[in-house]
Amino acid sequence: MNQDTDRSGYWVANLKIVSALLTIWFLVAYVFSILCIVPLNAYKLGSVGLGFWFAQQGSIFVFVVLVFVYARWMDGLDRKYGVSDD
Amino acid sequence: MINSMVGMHDWGLLFAATDPARPWTWAFVAITFAVYLYIGWRSRVRDSKGFYVAGQGVPAIANGAATAADWMSAASFIGMAGLISFSGSDGSVYLMGWTGGYVLLALLLAPYLRKFGHYTVPDFIGSRYYSETARVVAAICAIFISVTYVAGQMKGVGVVFSRFLEVELTVGVMIGMVVVGFFAVVGGMKGITWTQVVQYFVLILAFIIPSIAISTMLTDTWIPQIGFASSEIPTKLNQVLLDLGEKEYTQPFGKFSQLNVFCITAALMFGTAGLPHVIVRFYTVKDVRAARYSAVWAILFIALLYTTAPALGMFARYNLINNLHLSKIESVELSNSVDNSVLVVPYDELTTEVKDAADSLVYHLVSPQGRPLDWATRWQKTGLLVIDDHENDGTISLSLFEWVDKENGISQPRESDLAKIDNDIIVLSTPEIAGLPAWVIALVAAGGLAAALSTAAGLLLVISSSLAHDLFVRFFVPNASEATKVVIGRLAVVFGILIAGYFGINPPGFVGEVVAFAFGLAAASFFPAIFLGIFYKRANRAGAVSGMIVGLVFTLTYIVMCTSDKVLPMFFSEPGLAPDQYLFGISPQGIGTVGMLLNFAVTLIVSNLTAPPPEEVMELVENVRIPKGSGEPSAH
Repeated sequence: MNQDTDRSGYWVANLKIVSALLTIWFLVAYVFSILCIVPLNAYKLGSVGLGFWFAQQGSIFVFVVLVFVYARWMDGLDRKYGVSDD
Repeated sequence: MINSMVGMHDWGLLFAATDPARPWTWAFVAITFAVYLYIGWRSRVRDSKGFYVAGQGVPAIANGAATAADWMSAASFIGMAGLISFSGSDGSVYLMGWTGGYVLLALLLAPYLRKFGHYTVPDFIGSRYYSETARVVAAICAIFISVTYVAGQMKGVGVVFSRFLEVELTVGVMIGMVVVGFFAVVGGMKGITWTQVVQYFVLILAFIIPSIAISTMLTDTWIPQIGFASSEIPTKLNQVLLDLGEKEYTQPFGKFSQLNVFCITAALMFGTAGLPHVIVRFYTVKDVRAARYSAVWAILFIALLYTTAPALGMFARYNLINNLHLSKIESVELSNSVDNSVLVVPYDELTTEVKDAADSLVYHLVSPQGRPLDWATRWQKTGLLVIDDHENDGTISLSLFEWVDKENGISQPRESDLAKIDNDIIVLSTPEIAGLPAWVIALVAAGGLAAALSTAAGLLLVISSSLAHDLFVRFFVPNASEATKVVIGRLAVVFGILIAGYFGINPPGFVGEVVAFAFGLAAASFFPAIFLGIFYKRANRAGAVSGMIVGLVFTLTYIVMCTSDKVLPMFFSEPGLAPDQYLFGISPQGIGTVGMLLNFAVTLIVSNLTAPPPEEVMELVENVRIPKGSGEPSAH
């Protein structure tokens, strides 16, 4: 593989990872916690509605996981394309 | 974060002379400040790389803690839980807005900006859009955002000092200026970073300990996040609020409309990702990989406070109602400022003449369970809590009811006897209401100071780097030696501290409002320019400059139109647009989202109608996208 296809391959793979994670980000923050909060509140988690829980707790937990997963996946991608600094 | 919450309250009387927490507070503040100064001295720097980006040698976990401390200001420490407490479900805009932005930052900006490797956000904008004008505009925006923000921090430092420790506000601000100044001037970014690491631990302990205590008191678990969903408190609180004639706590869209919840959340998220003092933190680490992991640590550390805050807010609201509702007035403390007399009269013996002779009165309350509410007495004296016994029946009711003014016979709107309660009460009074020992109150004071100082330090460095590095050195002494650059940087920090201190002592009325909108402005200006600069090679100078101008002007104009009388009282006496006149019903807090979309649209259209960026800029973008090579020193 020459360097150019290597670079664009890395970039395309990177974009896929970022779009997948940001789709979840949008789903949790905007769909679950804002757009569909009323119907989701019909389901209970403990004593609070699911929509309310996502808006005040769940979304933040998911954000932490997303950033962590991103860092791990990118480690793998960097190794695969040999673009890391180590 | 919103500094309007650190308002102009008189907290002086809160911790009056008998306050058992005072010696503890002195001890905690003295110890923590000694540590901050020691670290600043230990990490003193000699070159401009060390000064601006800590020599790019900060480990990811330390940088994460420093980022979290940098991010969480005096107001997010003191004010946010209270804000959520009174917003109910819609408090989620602050929770998600101020954390979700880190996902954008981590995935879309931080790694690439680290690879770019220069010192500042204006550096990136200037190089990517091959335009000195763009750099200058970006530097001015960064200075504007940071100065308004830092003024609120210094004010917060002054308030905590003057009130918890009873020194003059001016002296308090000056002590804060000297301490921040010392570790920022001597240690630069390196000193600031290591100090912020310590400050993170101080502030998180100060926040978590009272939260655990109140969770243990009200629920079966000591973990506030679990108690939040599993306990009976939400159900009980909803019922209590319904009985009082208010909306359920967990019911959405009581405070904001659904559209506004959407827009405000987005404006805060994209604004967070575009704030210069947050972005610059990711320049301080070793390489791109470390930038990604420091984002992981940062959001983890931030989430610890941000998932605790809604639990604390909910528990505190419940506790507050339980203590105050149907409490009895035992006696009334009347004071007269003319002859400085204070008189305590049992409620039964209170006559109209006695009442009229006093110019302020404070109610001594006893809870329905028979416990004297000393904390309510202290808060009333600060003016943050105002109680008004509408029916003159000696009982404080929190029910919303219509009452008839006896003097003019006019029926008043639904109101409870709790005439005013400030957001700031929630975090600061929790240890007291929960009956925690005095050292916890002192720890909360030290935590508030740590939050204010760490944010102020980060902002000062942005002001300094924008002034010295982006403007002064570049245009006046482009060939300056390293030693000269550091001297200029240090002078700029001193200059920044003096400005911040001035505004801390003489706060302009509009600081709070402007800071609240800094997020909208950052979202409408910086975010699209940086994002497209990395992800869209075709974005060019004409596109980015026109996009930033359109986004900024639109957002600023709308904000001024809505809040003219508050932001610029010298020019406007008429109130701004009323909520029913808002554009599509979008509030000024959420308008940054629309400004950002306009910026994106203009940048894309103009870029495609004009010549593509030059070859070397395309190469720069290619280079920024690949992590390899970030460890090498960057060329300046």
